[in-house]
Amino acid sequence: MDLSLSTRNVSGPGGDRTVVEVGGEIDVYTAPKLREQLVELVNDGSYHLVVDMEGVDFLDSTGLGVLVGGLKRVRAHEGSLRLVCNQERILKIFRITGLTKVFPIHGSVDEAVNATD
Amino acid sequence: MATVELRFSAQPEHVRTARLVAAAVARRAGVDEAVLDEVRLAVGEACSRAVGLHRSHGIDAPVHVVLTEEEKLFSIEVGDEVPGSGGGASAVPGVRASGPEDESDDGAEDEMGLAVISGLVDDVEVTSGESGGIIRMSWPTTPATVLP
Repeated sequence: MDLSLSTRNVSGPGGDRTVVEVGGEIDVYTAPKLREQLVELVNDGSYHLVVDMEGVDFLDSTGLGVLVGGLKRVRAHEGSLRLVCNQERILKIFRITGLTKVFPIHGSVDEAVNATD
Repeated sequence: MATVELRFSAQPEHVRTARLVAAAVARRAGVDEAVLDEVRLAVGEACSRAVGLHRSHGIDAPVHVVLTEEEKLFSIEVGDEVPGSGGGASAVPGVRASGPEDESDDGAEDEMGLAVISGLVDDVEVTSGESGGIIRMSWPTTPATVLP
């Protein structure tokens, strides 16, 4: 399955958030598309991103690299990158790489949008 | 003898095919369903790494995957043809020539791939020689139910 991406803007208590809904497989082939999307958003001035990964079937280290790259970019603008994920198979990859300490991971888009910490 | 062998040109789009084949053969070999996700991810990481190494070294040869069903064991070997690649990107200076800022995320990915593999797979061995590197991984299998 290919990668699907869609974005929408949502207002939260901390200000506007851009939700990036990702579906399908994020791997060495598709990750560049996600990278382009994140780079484009940051270049367009969206510095507070919520990446919704509930529709992601597969994630590998290439995808992790893109997310870390996105985090680096938004932080350069004092922004944030939050993840939404409940799938154990995906969460496991964040755990074994220690990235659960790097990304705030939320159980729902609402929770991520309303987070102000 | 290998149960299934796969050779694919070093293109990112073929890594998914390798994942699907490996998972299908692993399932047939009796690897526990709960572990198949790990097999899929580990073989994908190893193949992504091999594809990256071939491309960065301008090697036209295919990436080689060998899936072997043994007694109580299912093993996967992913071979690249980059001499001395077994130690990861750090062992091959200049593998990722520094490019524009947009490419700067890539450097860590090779090493992260190996980190994911070693975090996922208990039995893993990374070797390298003059003809290239091999990542060898194996998982226990549960014996198939004997049909009457």
